[in-house]
Amino acid sequence: MLYNYLLQLGDNALILGHRLGEWCGHAPELEIDMALTNIALDLTGQARSLYQHAAEIEGKGRTEDDIAYLRDAWEFKNVLLAEQPNGDFAHTIARQFFYDTFNFFLHRELVGSRDEWLAGFAAKSLKEITYHLRFSSEWVLRLGDGTDTSHEKMQAAVEELWMYTGELKIPSKTDQEMAANGVGPDLNLLKASFDEKVADVLQKANLQMPSTTWMQGGGKDGVHSEHLGFILADMQYLQRAYPGQEW
Amino acid sequence: MTELNFEKHFQDKVDAEIKIEPKDWMPDAYRKTLIRQISQHAHSEVVGMLPEGNWISRAPSLRRKLILLAKIQDEAGHGLYLYSAAETLGISREELVEQLLSGKAKYSSIFNYPTLTWADIGAIGWLVDGAAIMNQVMLTRASYGPYARAMVRICKEESFHQRQGYEIMLTLAKGSAAQQHMAQDALNRWWWPSLMMFGPKDDDSAHSQQSMKWKIKRKSNDELRQQFVDVTVQQAEVLGLAIPDPDLKWNEERGHYDFGEINWDEFWNVVKGNGPCNKQRLDARIKAHEDGAWVREAAMAYAEKKEQRKLMESAKAEAA
Repeated sequence: MLYNYLLQLGDNALILGHRLGEWCGHAPELEIDMALTNIALDLTGQARSLYQHAAEIEGKGRTEDDIAYLRDAWEFKNVLLAEQPNGDFAHTIARQFFYDTFNFFLHRELVGSRDEWLAGFAAKSLKEITYHLRFSSEWVLRLGDGTDTSHEKMQAAVEELWMYTGELKIPSKTDQEMAANGVGPDLNLLKASFDEKVADVLQKANLQMPSTTWMQGGGKDGVHSEHLGFILADMQYLQRAYPGQEW
Repeated sequence: MTELNFEKHFQDKVDAEIKIEPKDWMPDAYRKTLIRQISQHAHSEVVGMLPEGNWISRAPSLRRKLILLAKIQDEAGHGLYLYSAAETLGISREELVEQLLSGKAKYSSIFNYPTLTWADIGAIGWLVDGAAIMNQVMLTRASYGPYARAMVRICKEESFHQRQGYEIMLTLAKGSAAQQHMAQDALNRWWWPSLMMFGPKDDDSAHSQQSMKWKIKRKSNDELRQQFVDVTVQQAEVLGLAIPDPDLKWNEERGHYDFGEINWDEFWNVVKGNGPCNKQRLDARIKAHEDGAWVREAAMAYAEKKEQRKLMESAKAEAA
């Protein structure tokens, strides 16, 4: 089960990192380009550590790359939020802000995990995630409280992506089991911190809390949006077209 | 001092290897040459992110993906240092970017070629960054202080870029038949454009002589090109790849490799805008700039509001 949990964490990082990598060379200014790439690097690095450890505890001789490149969509456990397209910069920021907020509280709890490896990993990652959250919340403020145009775009992005935030906080079977063993936190307990942080930043940014109440889900159980198939087709192309090669 | 004396004093400093700094007097033409060269260099870093960026989503392993992301991020950083170095000469980054987007300023033509397979990422690191290093190592000794210092930082990172490119080529060259094909094909396509990176032949180079006198440049285009060929031929041998030049031959007498004639028509054609990707590269930069305008405006508006609020608060505090 720990194996599945590591994959669930790793898949979120891998897929969101992949999306952020799509900005590289195309961001609104060079400083933002570098910051987004930085987050992509952190997340991809986190995915790599998680997959390496997962492969190790699985003990079947698989590698980090087998896990990333040779599974199909239904085996990916990332939340739907992570795979949503970049959209305009406001969408990217909204997606990032929701994800970072959740990820921050999650890793703050994982630091106290009963699993020693995971606790160490979380302590290291928390530093990176703290920076990510600062970056994304600062941009929510700038866009929400910037110009009329940016305000409108930021509000629209928050509204559109809100329906993907429910899944973050609803425990999957794996989450439940990890919580029962003291390896991971009880996600129900993170919900309040998440909601409070989001409400606080949105309010400071002059943004309305989204009105949608219906939440999409399925990613953690391997039922994804149509976007994931294309991400994997792109990402896995060389490994699939030329199996078993060194790169 | 008369203008003439200023000019003599300036050249004496250059000859004595004393760096010229932003506040020092300098001939107008020196300033203009530097702005042109440094900004061209900055634009090349930024446009150069695009052909490599084309393969981020398809990088074949997590390790390669991380290296590629980090490398492209370095290039954005190099663009920033170089824009800053150009700004010390009295021009703003906005003006420089405007010149790029309007097509007035040039960038290195090499980035107008497409990246068609993963091996192109290897070839760019090995050949394009390899050629750039030849030029940039020389520029760490350029007479203009801010430019020389920017180059020192850049060179440190470039050698990592070149190594990772060569390592990709080495892995492919040792790999399957398809991988070897990719490697050879990439070398075939990138070899000649890499030689063109050093610019026109010395006899046809408009700015070279003056730049050498001002010690912006210290080696001629042809000297640097020869140096690159000599080093790279040996690296290709280690890879077991064939350089696509039937005239390539060691010349015992000169102590250098002789090589074939560069297709200068192609060179000038790409400079004029007719390369395979000139339009796509510029369009991508224009799109990023235009799509990002509202973001930059929002950041400015927010910073102003914040400043205003701070002023209001301190006024209130004073009144109280």
